[in-house]
Amino acid sequence: MNKMKTGSNNWAAASQMNSVRLLVWSTAWVASMALAAFGPKLIWNYDTSLTILAVLINLGIGFAMILATRRYLRGLDEMHQKIFLDAAVLTLGVGLVSGLSYELLEDIRLITFQPEIPHLVILMCLTFLIGMIAGHRKYQ
Amino acid sequence: MKNRLKVLRAERDWTQAQLAVELEVSRQTVNAIEKGKFDPSLPLAFKVARLFDMAIEDIFQYSTKS
Repeated sequence: MNKMKTGSNNWAAASQMNSVRLLVWSTAWVASMALAAFGPKLIWNYDTSLTILAVLINLGIGFAMILATRRYLRGLDEMHQKIFLDAAVLTLGVGLVSGLSYELLEDIRLITFQPEIPHLVILMCLTFLIGMIAGHRKYQ
Repeated sequence: MKNRLKVLRAERDWTQAQLAVELEVSRQTVNAIEKGKFDPSLPLAFKVARLFDMAIEDIFQYSTKS
């Protein structure tokens, strides 16, 4: 093989590290969300100070997760950045349009139950997943 | 946009994975560029040209049909 150097694999290693970092922060965020949701009832009997602390920890870790996501995105190569951003735009659009329509359904009495945020979150997760799969298939 | 990336890589007996390491992109991205499914940015096109020691226009040719 001519000219090709050993070629450091720094980019791939850094990219992998960004994935691990994002996974760690996402897991920590889910755990802190569970603590803030169930801690008041199951662990500290609605102590206000501890509840506020749990919520602040959840927000802090959530912000760190956002930064980790940004770092992960910036560490991707340009094609994967495009796939990610296309999926994110689709998710934002579907989330906004569907979320407002969903809320409207109750206001105009087309549904009798209260619209729940988790329904919207599930829809957005599925939309992002479909967007990512479609993006990868497009460039295969 | 058409390109000669696959031919140039084959001439040098490089694999897509080896080229990807040199260009600091994923192997999937190299594959998509070779197949003409993804057009690289100008900085990446310059990187490719520099790696093969050629002019950009000798590797990438503009075509309205992608």
